[in-house]
Amino acid sequence: MKLITAIIRENKLDQVREALIEAEITRITVSRVSGHGQQQGEEIYRGAIVIPNLIPKVRLEIAVNEAFVDITVNTIIKSARTNGKGEVGDGKIFISPLEECIRIRTGERGGTAI
Amino acid sequence: MMKKQYKRNAVVTGLLLLIAGGSVMAADAVPVDTGTTAWMLTSTALVLLMVPGLAMFYGGLVRTKNVLGTMMHSFVAMGIMAVLWVAVGYSMSFGPSVLGGWFGWSNDYFFLKGIDETITPAGVPEYIFSMFQGKFAIITPALIAGAFAERISFKGYVVFIALWGLLVYNPLCHWVWASDGFLFNMGAMGAIDFAGGTVVHIASGVSGLVAALYLGSRRGHPKIALAPSNLVMTMMGAGLLWVGWFGFNAGSSVSSGLLTAQALTATQAAAAAGAMAWMVIEAFHQGKATALGFASGILAGLVAVTPAAGVVQPAGAMALGIGAAMICYSAIMVKNKLGYDDSLDAFGIHGVGGMVGSLLLVFFIRKSWMASAETAAGGSWSMWQQLGVQATAVGIAVAYAAIGTLLIIFLVNKVIGFRASTEAEMQGLDYYYHGEQGYGMLNPR
Repeated sequence: MKLITAIIRENKLDQVREALIEAEITRITVSRVSGHGQQQGEEIYRGAIVIPNLIPKVRLEIAVNEAFVDITVNTIIKSARTNGKGEVGDGKIFISPLEECIRIRTGERGGTAI
Repeated sequence: MMKKQYKRNAVVTGLLLLIAGGSVMAADAVPVDTGTTAWMLTSTALVLLMVPGLAMFYGGLVRTKNVLGTMMHSFVAMGIMAVLWVAVGYSMSFGPSVLGGWFGWSNDYFFLKGIDETITPAGVPEYIFSMFQGKFAIITPALIAGAFAERISFKGYVVFIALWGLLVYNPLCHWVWASDGFLFNMGAMGAIDFAGGTVVHIASGVSGLVAALYLGSRRGHPKIALAPSNLVMTMMGAGLLWVGWFGFNAGSSVSSGLLTAQALTATQAAAAAGAMAWMVIEAFHQGKATALGFASGILAGLVAVTPAAGVVQPAGAMALGIGAAMICYSAIMVKNKLGYDDSLDAFGIHGVGGMVGSLLLVFFIRKSWMASAETAAGGSWSMWQQLGVQATAVGIAVAYAAIGTLLIIFLVNKVIGFRASTEAEMQGLDYYYHGEQGYGMLNPR
């Protein structure tokens, strides 16, 4: 089992989410986060171009069984890229091993609980 | 409404002046009535307050990514409609009839240049009358935006409301409220539309319905829940609308006296009764009384009393409020069954509520009004005859608004694009059209 954490642009959330649903990855958690990476984000505020300190992003957390890692990652990469080609600031994906997964309702553990 | 009072006052004032002194020149002799002027100044500001109120009401009902774009639909109307009103709107609405009465025109009213020192017969500087009327021209197209929220291009919307104001609002306003408009003079004492049941609410509601049907649903509608971003803001907006509505209705008497008091009381009674009725219906039907339901009831009551405020007594106003709540609630149930996407119920509340008020008001008209109508008609005038006049006015408003909107929307959609692209809809209007985020402050930055 893996935990896939993806940081994407705020305005790409719907595209990514719908692409994931199409790929039958339907269980995700979404949160608003802020941060900075390589992106020297420029933003227009009252006519002046400014570089914000922290850039708002959306974080997706998806727990998957091994067989679904590639399709999940590929779907996110494809749908989160700006204009289909990609630009600095499109985000990152982290994959980490997932030790255990428990469904609270039934108490079942492991791959079937995902 | 106003115009009615305005015209009658003109006659009375004119007669008084003739009696008072034969040598006085009528145009120069009208003094400013400071009491009326003060109230009309207040009313003008109150009606403008409804526009940010509407922005908050609608803005709270859309998803977080569309909140600024939706609020801009109201705010941009304060810009463009006010500019157009000063330039040509007042002239098209209140100038003498031209082109067979399609709309009005007077070169004196072009950029308001000829009314710099004019005092209307009601004792109010004409600037105030013009600005008061201009606020109605601002809020009416802004109301339509609720029907196609979350899925239209900003540029398309701006062009749409400009054309709609010129070609749909101004002519309708002229027909119903100008002293030579044909609906103003229909029947014994004209079609009753005290403050905008046909001109404002039916016109915007029906136009919204046509636009919603033409443009199609939002992505995901009706399968996915498109949840409100901030009902707290919606409640504040509904409150501002209620407050502003006293200027809207009571100001429409264009006086500061008995008729103003009657209109104000009817407005309060209808709004309260409408809200209570909606709350009770919803509590029985859905099991819970929602805040949004209460706000919807307020609006349904206010919309229904708008055409009637000058002619009904408080009990009648309450009946209209309750009737509107029941019928608007049913209309929204029917909408959900049919599945079309009138996103924020511009038609369900304003269109339906406006029709309910404009038609049912005949059953509650105060006796003194009917007596004057009988005199004006030369003997007899029944409420059924008045119902005929009302139904004609409603039918004309519905047909004209529907056809006008269809043509304008077809044109705008073909030439510059009205429906937002799929990409814009997914990213949200805020970012796509304005480069901003309404709720950006929720993130640490």
